Amino acid sequence: MTSAAQVPAGSLLGRRGFIKTSALAAGGLMVSLYLDPPAAAQDGAVPPPRIYPPDAFVQIRADGKIVITVNRLEVGQGAETALPMILADELDADWSQVIAELAPAGELYKDPVIGVQMIGGSCSISNSFQQYRELGARTRSMLIAAAADRWSVPADQCRAEQSVVYGPGNRSARYAELAEGAVRRPVPAVVQLKSAAQFRLIGKPVRRLDSRAKCDGSQTFGLDLDLPGMLIALLARPPVFGGRVRTFDDRDARTVAGVRDVFEVPLVSGSAIAVVADRFWAAKQARDRLKIDWDVSGVEHPDSVQLFARYKELARTTGNVAVSFGDPQAIDRIPASNRIQTDYAFPYLAHAAMEPLNLTVRNDGDRAEAWVPSQIPTWEQAALAEVLGIGPERVTYHVLFAGGSFGRRGTVDSHFVREAAAIAKRVPGRPVKLIYTREDDMTSGYFRPMFVHRVEVGIGPSGTPLAWKHVIVGQSFVLGTGVIQEALLVKNGVDQLATEGIDDSPYALPNIHLSVHHPKVNVPTLSHRSVGYGHNSFVRETLIDELAARAKADPIAYRLRLLKPEAKRFRSSLTLLDQKSAWRHRLPRNHASGIACSAYHDTCVSCAVEVSIVDRRPRIHRATVAVDCGLAVNPLSIEHQMQGGLVFGLTQLMTNGAMTLKDGRVQQRNFDGYTPPYMKDAPEAVDVHIVPSDEPPTGCGEAPVPVIAPAVANALFRLTGTRYRTLPLPPIERGTRS
Amino acid sequence: METYTLTVNGEQKRVTVDPGSPLLWVLREDLKLTGTKYGCGIAACGACTVHVGGVATRACVLPVSLVGDRPIVTIEAVANDAVGRVVQDAWVSEDVVQCGYCQSGQIMTAVALLKSTRRPTDADIEQSMGGNLCRCGTYVRIRAAIKTASRHLAGGVR
Repeated sequence: MTSAAQVPAGSLLGRRGFIKTSALAAGGLMVSLYLDPPAAAQDGAVPPPRIYPPDAFVQIRADGKIVITVNRLEVGQGAETALPMILADELDADWSQVIAELAPAGELYKDPVIGVQMIGGSCSISNSFQQYRELGARTRSMLIAAAADRWSVPADQCRAEQSVVYGPGNRSARYAELAEGAVRRPVPAVVQLKSAAQFRLIGKPVRRLDSRAKCDGSQTFGLDLDLPGMLIALLARPPVFGGRVRTFDDRDARTVAGVRDVFEVPLVSGSAIAVVADRFWAAKQARDRLKIDWDVSGVEHPDSVQLFARYKELARTTGNVAVSFGDPQAIDRIPASNRIQTDYAFPYLAHAAMEPLNLTVRNDGDRAEAWVPSQIPTWEQAALAEVLGIGPERVTYHVLFAGGSFGRRGTVDSHFVREAAAIAKRVPGRPVKLIYTREDDMTSGYFRPMFVHRVEVGIGPSGTPLAWKHVIVGQSFVLGTGVIQEALLVKNGVDQLATEGIDDSPYALPNIHLSVHHPKVNVPTLSHRSVGYGHNSFVRETLIDELAARAKADPIAYRLRLLKPEAKRFRSSLTLLDQKSAWRHRLPRNHASGIACSAYHDTCVSCAVEVSIVDRRPRIHRATVAVDCGLAVNPLSIEHQMQGGLVFGLTQLMTNGAMTLKDGRVQQRNFDGYTPPYMKDAPEAVDVHIVPSDEPPTGCGEAPVPVIAPAVANALFRLTGTRYRTLPLPPIERGTRS
Repeated sequence: METYTLTVNGEQKRVTVDPGSPLLWVLREDLKLTGTKYGCGIAACGACTVHVGGVATRACVLPVSLVGDRPIVTIEAVANDAVGRVVQDAWVSEDVVQCGYCQSGQIMTAVALLKSTRRPTDADIEQSMGGNLCRCGTYVRIRAAIKTASRHLAGGVR
């Protein structure tokens, strides 16, 4: 079956009014629309907004099915439902007939704002909202024009509803009948978008399109791909990052039935031994029988305990200045009794998506094909091509559903793609699937960096902060990489991904001085869902809570008083939370509430939790969330993200919620050592409230993650009198207040 | 290599595999039943849960040689059974899934629970589902879907 989405990028351009038809297996006729984008205006310095050709995003089949191509990887965030909703609304499509399809790597599927095909930074909806609306409106306009032509009536006497165009005199025609005529129409440069009052899908709770397939086992994830002649590869990796193979003995490994080959491959740093076999189990048995002499000399052997000690020392010195506002010496004039001086420590965190890293590559010499659960197809396609020594346009690159990602599949160096390409180079002509076992996935690094904060807050007579001196210590995964984002994110040697949440504090903090150290450590690090906000919001929100408690103020009222006037979405979400969490004023004995709020870029989330202590752990009886994310495209999906994001954010409170290293070796290898939240650790109930808004939509995937850990820590203070500032949480001792 | 005859989803299947191969990989690679997922390989996450002789079982640590003649049911066939169908429908109506990777195992575990306990309490749910990890954090919706399924089963709906 051919579809527009499977045609490699490039071939969609430069062809005029070409109609492609092909018989479907089911016997229907599919009409694919191939159209040029209108020639861009040649004059004027500012390039006109791009007009995306609808044919690359919408197919209307003869059977009435409407296939909408999604320019984003689906990892659970719901873009695969929300983007089709947006397009289908403007298209006036019959939603029950809509099918979503993930786009392959291609020029047209790059993020319209960022210019790279990717997911990350919660940008799918915010950056493609306008794009998908216009695509829907243009397609509708072309269908109406085709109907008007057919009936010889003016287009403005026709209207569309539920995949049908209606004209004067009871005329009507289904989109499927009109598709072939529509394709001959020029793509309109200007289209009228709906008003909010006209939306039929946008703003309504809509169930996921992929739900049934994910409940009956039929959804194909990357790991499920099965191709004729496919081989399975595992890598034996060095025990210390950057280590390399000195010698190896594979005689025993090669005796395992089904083993095809064993060879050394380069890694982004160091080298590894690849085992290629017919089946996973054979590859694993063979890998277990390898005898490898590793050379780990000349690479740093990091140790978490020593790193924390080193970070704490560094935090006592001023780093590169991120923010300096007011008088940096103001803190010194505040009496010690009115100062809080404290350290915070945060461990390395693994992403630990349920589906371990994997991808499949077939190297055909001068061409290649790849199937990848891929966060950044543009970069990963290029990396694959580079290793194979061919142009990226010669790599047909399919994006497959991913069983979670949380940032892990979006590396700067595309390391796992390079590894698979290096293996495929040695095994040409057959698809090879590189599988990371759970142990490989967990020990492979690319962790959320460790951080230490040292903060001094001076408190004024009204109980509000008068001075704020803050030092952050932690690795940057952008600094020194040369990636395009470096120039945007790094200023004065400070990576903004390490300071977000403090440098953009919504609270009025006079005399703030924030500086940062970025030590170099031999542990690869990476974005982790909510990035800098994950640790910075914890520090900020527990300190603000401490100030509120000292001032004997209600924690929501205190925050509202302290907000800057421009922090409008913090104000709206906290105000809504205040209304929806009246339960916090009448709690059972030995229960306490905790409050926190956080932004992720333009989305603000506020949260109240009800906590007690059970088996020396926080038991979260309920959570109430209020979110301001602009226009709520799919309120049901936003509810999912809030509920799930809270659970993800609890990882760093778990007893085993830390990745540690000793003598350069990662110590946690599976879920028995690094234990994310299970059902009993998660809130028993989560109610989600959305601030009504008609502002443009902003992302919801990351915003909920940072709020729950400080909210729980603040509740624990009320129960125990202890401020928990080192994560993960130790066993909770009942204090005097319980 | 040894040859085994397995009863999978009501059909007899012959496979010739290493006796130590976990049932998970025999299902996924030899029988092409990829709905059952690999998550950890040490029975710590529940993504590989299938029914073996009617018992929710972690297929990632069960060597194929130990299955014997016990019938195996996987996510692909769970809807052939009334409880399985009700649970799947509840999962869809409650819109439980996000990435969805763990949900085959969640559903198989929930079906086993509801077969033994038609009206599970919150404590029953927590205990039975307690070993199934979901990194997307869909737990509150899983609870809701199990209660919805329970109501349908108790009310004799289908």
